[in-house]
Order: sequence, then C-alpha cells, then structure tokens
Amino acid sequence: MTHPPVSAPAPSDRPPGLGWTVGLFVTCLVDMFRPSVGFAAVKLLEDAGCRVVVPDVQTCCGQPAYNSGDRGDARRVAAQVVSAFEGFDHVVVPSGSCGGMIAHHFPDLFDDDPSMRRRAEALAGKTHELMSFLVDVLGVRRVAARYDGSVTYHDSCSGLRELGVKAQPRTLLASVDGLKLVEMANPEVCCGFGGTFCVKYPDISNAMLVDKTADIGATGAGTLLAGDLGCLMNMAGKLQRDGQAVQVRHTAEVLAGAGDIAAIGEPEAA
Amino acid sequence: MQSTAHAFKDNVEHALVDGNLQQSLALLKVGFSERRRQAVERLPEFEALRDRARDIKNHALAHLDFYLEAFEAKVTALGGHVHWAPTAQDARDIILDICREAGARTVTKSKSMIAEEIALNDHLAANGIEPVETDLGEYIIQLRREPPSHIIAPAVHLTKDQVADTFFEHHRKLGFDKRLTERSDLVAEARQVLRRRFQEADVGITGANFLVAETGSSMLVTNEGNADLGNTLPRVHVVIASIEKVIPTLEDAATLLRVLARSATGQEWSSYTTFNTGPKRPEDPDGPAHYHVVLLDNGRSGVLGTQMQDMLRCIRCGACMNHCPVYAAIGGHAYGWVYPGPIGAVLTPQLIGVEEAGNLPNASTFCGRCESVCPVRIPLPKLMRHWREREFERHLTPASVRQGLALWAFLARRPALYRRVTGIANRVLALFGRVAGRYAWLPLAGGWTRYRDFPAPQRGGTFHAQWRARGGARR
Amino acid sequence: MSARDQVLGAIRRSLKRGALSGDARVAAEARLREHPVNIVPVRTTGTQDDRVRLLEQWATFNQATTARVAAAEVPGAVADYLAANNLPARVVMAPDPALDRYDWNSRPMLQRRRGLPEDADRVAVTGALAGIAETGTLVFASGPDHPTSLNLLPETHVAILREADVVGPLEEVFTRLRARYGEGVMPRTVNTVTGPSRTGDVEQQLELGAHGPRRLHILIVRD
Repeated sequence: MTHPPVSAPAPSDRPPGLGWTVGLFVTCLVDMFRPSVGFAAVKLLEDAGCRVVVPDVQTCCGQPAYNSGDRGDARRVAAQVVSAFEGFDHVVVPSGSCGGMIAHHFPDLFDDDPSMRRRAEALAGKTHELMSFLVDVLGVRRVAARYDGSVTYHDSCSGLRELGVKAQPRTLLASVDGLKLVEMANPEVCCGFGGTFCVKYPDISNAMLVDKTADIGATGAGTLLAGDLGCLMNMAGKLQRDGQAVQVRHTAEVLAGAGDIAAIGEPEAA
Repeated sequence: MQSTAHAFKDNVEHALVDGNLQQSLALLKVGFSERRRQAVERLPEFEALRDRARDIKNHALAHLDFYLEAFEAKVTALGGHVHWAPTAQDARDIILDICREAGARTVTKSKSMIAEEIALNDHLAANGIEPVETDLGEYIIQLRREPPSHIIAPAVHLTKDQVADTFFEHHRKLGFDKRLTERSDLVAEARQVLRRRFQEADVGITGANFLVAETGSSMLVTNEGNADLGNTLPRVHVVIASIEKVIPTLEDAATLLRVLARSATGQEWSSYTTFNTGPKRPEDPDGPAHYHVVLLDNGRSGVLGTQMQDMLRCIRCGACMNHCPVYAAIGGHAYGWVYPGPIGAVLTPQLIGVEEAGNLPNASTFCGRCESVCPVRIPLPKLMRHWREREFERHLTPASVRQGLALWAFLARRPALYRRVTGIANRVLALFGRVAGRYAWLPLAGGWTRYRDFPAPQRGGTFHAQWRARGGARR
Repeated sequence: MSARDQVLGAIRRSLKRGALSGDARVAAEARLREHPVNIVPVRTTGTQDDRVRLLEQWATFNQATTARVAAAEVPGAVADYLAANNLPARVVMAPDPALDRYDWNSRPMLQRRRGLPEDADRVAVTGALAGIAETGTLVFASGPDHPTSLNLLPETHVAILREADVVGPLEEVFTRLRARYGEGVMPRTVNTVTGPSRTGDVEQQLELGAHGPRRLHILIVRD
C-alpha cells in the first residue's frame, strides 16, 4: 500500500505550491453532476499557489470497467489517462476512488507492457487525492472559509483504505470558522454505493444505506460531508427519499467557501 | 454440502426480511469488530505479527509438499496414520472405513469447515453411523438441520429464543421437559446432554487449525474444550484437515496463534489451544489408541502458483466476515455454501465453480475492510476482482452489463464524442430536474430509484464546458 | 498412482518443480531443525515477579482465579477454595509425584483419590508443566502422571503451578518441551488452557462451563 508523500510544510511567507503545475482529474461524476466540486478544487489549489490545468482529453479513470472484470477496456482508458496527465508535477483528484484507481491500480493494468507500466507507475507516484495533496504534500493546515453549523463526515472507502485519507479533511475542516464537526458512529463503514454494486444489488445496498443514514441522523448534524461524489449522491438520495433534513456537500466546496450553494439533490435558485 | 449459491438473490431477499437474523446481525455488526479493535490496541506488535504470519504462510505454501511429507513422517513414526484424499469423495470413504473398522456407532465431532465441505455428516448417517456435533453452535444447527452461517460462530444467526425452542423440541425425549429462558441454563443443559455423547462415542473426529511439520502435531483451538473431549475420550481420533493447514514449526504456530484469536473474537488466546501428536503412548492413562490424519486436497493444489494463491493463506479466523457490511446485511446462509463472507466469495467459486457461485464475488463494494483486518493480509477485493475478470472473459457477465460497459468505454475513449453526449445528458437531466433538484424515478435507473432519489445535475453545463468557457488552461 | 502421489504430484505441478531439492531443501530442513523464533511481544519481558503478576492479571481477565501461596500452604489453600465455593472436600488428583511434596496430611478432611476422573468427581487437582505470563495460560502435558481428562471432565480444576515454571512467552514452553522430550518430540497432548471453558454461541454473550471446567483456580507456589 502506498502512502501519500509527505514533505516539509512550506515557509509561511508564500503559498506552498508556487511553481507547481497540477493536472486536475475532474472525474466523470463531478463533470456531469456537480462541477462546483471541480471549481472548489481549483480554488483550493490556486490559493495554495498551484497553477491548475484541466486536460480536456480526460473522460473516465476506467474504474467501472476495471471493477467489472473488463481489463481490456480498463487498460485502454487508463492508457489515455496516462498520456493526458504524465506531463504534470502532480495530478490531483477530488475523489478517493478515482484517485485510488490511478495511484494504485493503473500499474497492474500494464503487467505485460513494461514501458507502459513504467509510465503508469510514474503517474501513480504523483497522483493524489485532493485533501491529502493539500495537507500532506503542500502542508496546508488552514483555509479561510466560514460555514455555520454542525457537520458530520463519512470516510469514503477507497480514499481511506487505499490512500490513507482520514485525518487530512478533518484538519482542514477544523479551521473553518463556525463549523462544528460531530463524528458519526461507524464513519469507516461503507455507505453501500460501490459503483455498479448499488444497482446490481440494490436491496443489499439499501440495507447498508439504512444503517449509514441512521448513523448520520443520530449525530443531529445539519450537513454531511465526504470526499467522493458517488458516495455523496448515494447518501443524499437516501436522506432525501426518507425526508431527513441533512444537507449533503463535498468537503472541497465547504473548504473553498462555496458552502452556500444548493446542496446535492436540492433545487438551485431560479 | 449442497450449494444454493446460484440462488443468491433469492437468498438475500429472504435474509433481509428475516427478523431473527437481522436482530442477530445487529449484535454482530458492533460486537466482533469492537472486541478485535481492543485486542489489537493491547498488542503493539500486532501489525508486525500480521506481516510475519503472511510470510510464514507464503513460505509454507511454496514448500507445501516438503512440509506435508515431513509431517507425515513424524506422525507415522509415532504409530499414527496419514491418509491422502485428492477429492471430497476420497475423504468421505477413508473416514467411513476408519469408523467401520472401529465398529463405531456414534462419533463426536468438533467444528470443522472441511467436514462441511465434504458433507461428512450426511455420509456417515447414510451408513448407519450417528455423528454428534459437540461445538455448541454446531450442535444447535445440527438439531435444526441448518448449515452453519459463520465459520467460527455457526449459530450466530439465531436468537436465544430460537435456541430455547430448539432445545425444548429435541431434549424432551432425553428427559428435559422444561423450556428454558436463561442463556446459562441453555448452556448447562447442552453440557449435560453432550457429556453423555462424549462418553459414548467410539470415534472423535476433529478438524485442525494447523498441522505442525516439525513435530507431526495437529493443533486445535476452541473455547469450549469440546474438541479436546472429542480427541481424548474415544478410542480413535480422526483429524480431517486440508493440505494448506501445514506450517513448519511450533514457533510458526505461536505467531499464527497470536493473530488468530485476536482477529476472530478479540481474545488474547482461545481457552483451549491444544497440540495433539499421535496416539496415546503406552504409558498414558488416557487418550485414543488410534490417531488418523486425513489430508484433503479437493482443488487446493490447483490454486497454488495461480493469481488466486493468496486465498490459501487463510487461517479461518472469520475477521473478514465480522467486518463486512454485506455479510452484516445478509448473514451467512445467503452465500449458499460452506464459506460465507469475503473469504467465501473468493473460495466458493474456486471449489464449486464460478458458474454456480458467480454472484458471490460480485456482491461487494470493494470497500476493503476485510483486507484491512485479515491477519494474513489476503487481498480479498483483488481476488474477487479476478473472479469478475474470469466471468467477463467467459461471458458469464450479464449481457446488459457487458453492453453498458462497452458503450461507456467506447465513449470514454473518444473525448470529443464523450463531451457531446455527456453535455446533452447533463442539460436534459438538469432541465427536467430543476424544480425538485432530484428525481424520484428515472428510466434505466430503477435499481437506484427503488430506494433513493437521484440528484439532478447542476445547471450551467458540465465542468469541462464551463472550464472551456472561462478560458481555463487545458494544457 | 497412489492418492499420496496424486496430491504431491499436483502440488509440484502447480509449483512448477519436482520434489524439493538442492539449496531450497537444505534451507527448509534447517528451518525445521533450528525452528527460529519469530516476533515475541515485549510484554513478556521483565523480572520473574513481573511475569507472575502478568500471568495473574491475564488469568483473572479470562475468569480464572489465582492465589499466591507458599508450599506449606498448598493443601490448606485447596481445602479453603473448595469450602469457599461450596464444593465437597473431595478431589481427584493427578498421579504426579511432584504433588507429593505438599503435606496433604495437614488437611485430613480433604479426601483425595489419584488417577482418572470419574463421573462423580467434581474437582480435579493437578500440577502444570508451565504457566505463560503473556496470556495467563496454563500448560498441561499428557503422561502417566497427568491424564488429559483431568483437565477437561470435572467441573472445577485446581492447578498447582510453581513460580519457577512461569515463563514469559509461549516460545519458552517449547524450549521446555524440547528439553524434556527431545527435539521434534511431543507428548500425546499438550493442552494450553486459558481460564474456564466458555462459549459465545448464544447471542454472542459469554457463558462459562460449556464442556470443560466451569471454574479454574490457579495456585502459584513460591518455592
């Protein structure tokens, strides 16, 4: 298991990422459903002194094919990602599952192609989930944002177990004015999304969701945050179906000061 | 054991509405994981021990033939017998022969997943020999004619009331005519009933947690002590163990034991951890006169050297299923065969075929919690993914899924087309969803919307469209 | 082809080699001979007194009871324990000659029979090969002086453990076994027992006395 790279915190008189060009892997869900997450990521990275580039040949990380056993398609899509992103100092992903796909699984897809494997390993070594990049690589400890109210946090599985994302979002949320973090019971237990799992085994997925939303409700928090839009859409959909009044947002949005936009599944102002 | 793994979805449907099961699972969800967490906290060396345990098992597997031969030589030198069983049928035949030769009428059994795998009890019963399960959980399910639902806690799916009903129904003819309500009374009654069976038994059949090549010892780990009664009182002790149970030395056993009990139940050490080596010595006042070890292959040799080999490291602790949210939702019977939970999802297709058991490795979110607690670091999600790859290669994946994936991959590899298609989808879904912000139903998304709403996309176009419109850097 | 050849052949085919030979074989044989120690938890180090206390802590944690006594006090401690637990003053005792060192005649009301347990025996008294401080575990080796069934059948087991026989980790027990029986040699059964028998099979709650003893009392004897 690779751990996020740790470097010394930057001197305080300049933003830590100055000089670095970062490729943003937007993810297909953010692109299609919630661009504000992408823009929040851009803001956080630029505030930290990075120059952000969004290659427009990116589409998907290939995880749906990979997890369905379709190595061929997964490899072809992965090769495209490698080509699109290998030129950057770092690659940042506002998602633990897509980030984990690139950082952990891409090299294995090219077992039979040593030169492609080397390129995939190089990319994997510099690909980070957003929170982990900010805290572990750039040394960011605070953001200038305000969000009034109590918030609970779900540890999305891939980010947690493949990329070690646990303390970093909590560190940054602790610096948000007015925000009170209330931990839920069992924050590390899966929400039941699992990509195609939630539609292939909807009844099991629902059973897991029922437990998760009960834990969320028990905190009394007005807002749920996580770092993966798939998990967030899954939990938001259930909370809303059940009539639970919890706003669901991506951590990056709150950290970037965009906590006042319509939450996931809520109608936007006309 | 007869498999119902092909009926996984039906099994799941029943499991989700089974009130007793769900009540039991609610306990399991927090109980085992909390106890394990506390045990791990108490031992600073735990993570290093996991690494070493993994390495010991890998070493043993790479030298499996050598250590099996060494084990056999030691057992034979002591007057014990080692039998080799390439298949389940062979194992059944060997054990039946041993029991017949001993003139056995009843045999006591301690919990053995291998015995379940080869359907030993049915075979003995069909041949006029009564097998008596002595592990309390196994005893209960034997009375109820149910299979085990967990590899170390076979009756974990039952409530106390269900146990009380079962005892009341079956113990009456033995002279116990009161329906009990207290747990301690239920255990005491089982103790009494089974004590007689222990003493009557002609043969004791046990599994083995490990086989130690250095000394020719079989190891048994229980909390009840039933296995020890079963291998001490009868004239004949039969050990049935699969070939990958062999490990090199006693010191290796110590390492594996240190991670076994902690991972399984959160104990430092199981109450009875026993080393049995051969039949009784001439001067021993008790113990079996005959000691047999049946080594079962049943497909394991074929896993060696393949990308699935890691599953053979399993030490049958049950931690994976104790921490699996899917197991916690559906229980063990839904998996349809001997081995439930994540290890079941990986082992079952290997032993009974992926056509029969294909649902099992698919019913996972790959959350990875199983791998994070496996004492021998089996990469369970990776192995499940390999099964999905095999299914895909063999076109066992449903056609709709293959087509959906093919379409998605087609688009994903054509960025310009992808932009156009996703742009349209985004605008259409945003437009029609703008009032509510979400959909209670969507065509083709019935699986999703059965239980949850589907959030509508934000308005204003896809991220890439907006980024381009703002003149954001694209290279 | 015998079943044995079938299985071994299948293993070797999968491992893509014949029977283990050459350096690999030498190394594996050496491993069996030298049985290197893996990782031993630090909690097992310390003085002998530390170890005795650690054993008591873990044994108690596992619902055994313990008492530290001088050799002269052993028979009295046994008799008192039985009285305190409303048990009859009648025990079946292991034929172990090491138990003869205690002055049992100092408690003439305590009836003792040496040998195998019978149905009516409610209390067994035995020695112990060792006590493992790491986990609060007692070690019993089968033999003419210690029938295994004494550890299992009677409802109450009183084990007399000498302080000098308290070891830190399990590995030291192996050292003692090898010293007593020889390299690669074991008695028929080595029971390691941690607390009374128990089960969690009914609603995952612990109940004692599932099949083995309901009570385990450990007398730790100063020499």
